Amino acid sequence: MSVSDPLALYGREFNSRLLVGTALYPSPAIMRESVRASASEIITLSLRRQNPAQQRDNVFWDYVRETGCQLLPNTAGCKSPREAVELAKMSREIFHTEWLKLEVIGDDYNLQPDPFGLVEAARELVNLGFKVLPYCTDDLVLCRKLLDVGCEVLMPWGAPIGTGQGLLNKYNLHMLRERLPGVPLIIDAGIGAPSQAAEALEAGFDAVLLNTAIARARDPVGMAGAFKLAIESGRAAFNAGLMLKRQTASPSTPTLDMPFWQQGEPLPQG
Amino acid sequence: MQVFVNGEVHTLASSVALAALLQQLGYCGEAFAVAVNGRFVPRTEYAATAIHQDDRLDIVAPVVGG
Repeated sequence: MSVSDPLALYGREFNSRLLVGTALYPSPAIMRESVRASASEIITLSLRRQNPAQQRDNVFWDYVRETGCQLLPNTAGCKSPREAVELAKMSREIFHTEWLKLEVIGDDYNLQPDPFGLVEAARELVNLGFKVLPYCTDDLVLCRKLLDVGCEVLMPWGAPIGTGQGLLNKYNLHMLRERLPGVPLIIDAGIGAPSQAAEALEAGFDAVLLNTAIARARDPVGMAGAFKLAIESGRAAFNAGLMLKRQTASPSTPTLDMPFWQQGEPLPQG
Repeated sequence: MQVFVNGEVHTLASSVALAALLQQLGYCGEAFAVAVNGRFVPRTEYAATAIHQDDRLDIVAPVVGG
C-alpha cells in the first residue's frame, strides 16, 4: 500500500487497510506469522477470565506485544451496554489504549449487533474518552446515530461473524458509502475470500477487518498474504475509478474500416 | 466468609482488601484487570477496596479475539 494513501483513523495514519483478529489460529506462532504476512497494523484481541497459572503461560500476549501493532480490544460476548462499558474499562487498563471495538450483541443465533444497546454504550464510552469503533449493522440510521454520539469510525458487518458470505446486503452497504462520505467505514465480519475483500475496497470502503477467513484457511500465513494483495488491489482499483456497468455490449475493437464490409451489407457477426 | 472468584467459590477467614486477596490468589504483574460485582475496579483502588461476603470477582486477562 502506498504511504501516500494512508488510512486515517482517530488521528492516526496506517499504511495497511487490513485489520485482523487473533483468534482461531492453529497455534500462537502461526497467528504471529499470519499477522506479519498480512502486514496489518491493527489487531483485535479480547479479555476473558483467567487464573494465575493460565496467566503465566500466556505466550499469546507475549506474541501480540511483539507485533508492535495498534491493539483494538473488543467487547465480544457482551449483551448489554453495562457489560460492554465495564469490559472496556478493564481493556483500557490492561492494554493502555482508548481504542475499542465495541460489540453489543443482540441475538445469539447470528451474533447481530443490538443497535439500541450499541448507541447507548457508545455514547457513554465516548464521554469516558474512548475511541470507539462500533461493530454495527448496515443500517443507515443506526450509523448516523453512532456518528451523532461521537464515533469517528464505523464498522458495518458484511455478513454475520464467521459465515464467510461476503457483502450480503450490497444495497445497504453502497447506500452507507454514498450517504456517509468522509466517514471511515471498515467492513467487519463475514468476509470469506480475498475477492470479497477486494470488492469492499473497490466499492469505496476504507478497510476490512477479518479473522476466520485467514485463521481457518489450510495455510493461514498464505491466506494472510492473499488478503493483503487483494485489499491493495481493491484500493488501487477504487482510486483508479471503476468503469460504469452497462446493459448492452459495446465493442472494444474499432468497427471503423472493418475488412470484407461492403456498403449496404450488414457487418459480419461474431 | 465466601466470595466468588471467576465463578468459583473461595472461603476466606475474614473480610480482606482486594489487594491482599489478589496476592493470596497468586495474581501478579499487570496483565489482568478486576471487576467486583460487575463494576471495574482500577488498579489504584485495590488497596482501598474491601471484599465482603458473597462478592463476585471477575479477573480477566488478554486472550485471542476477532
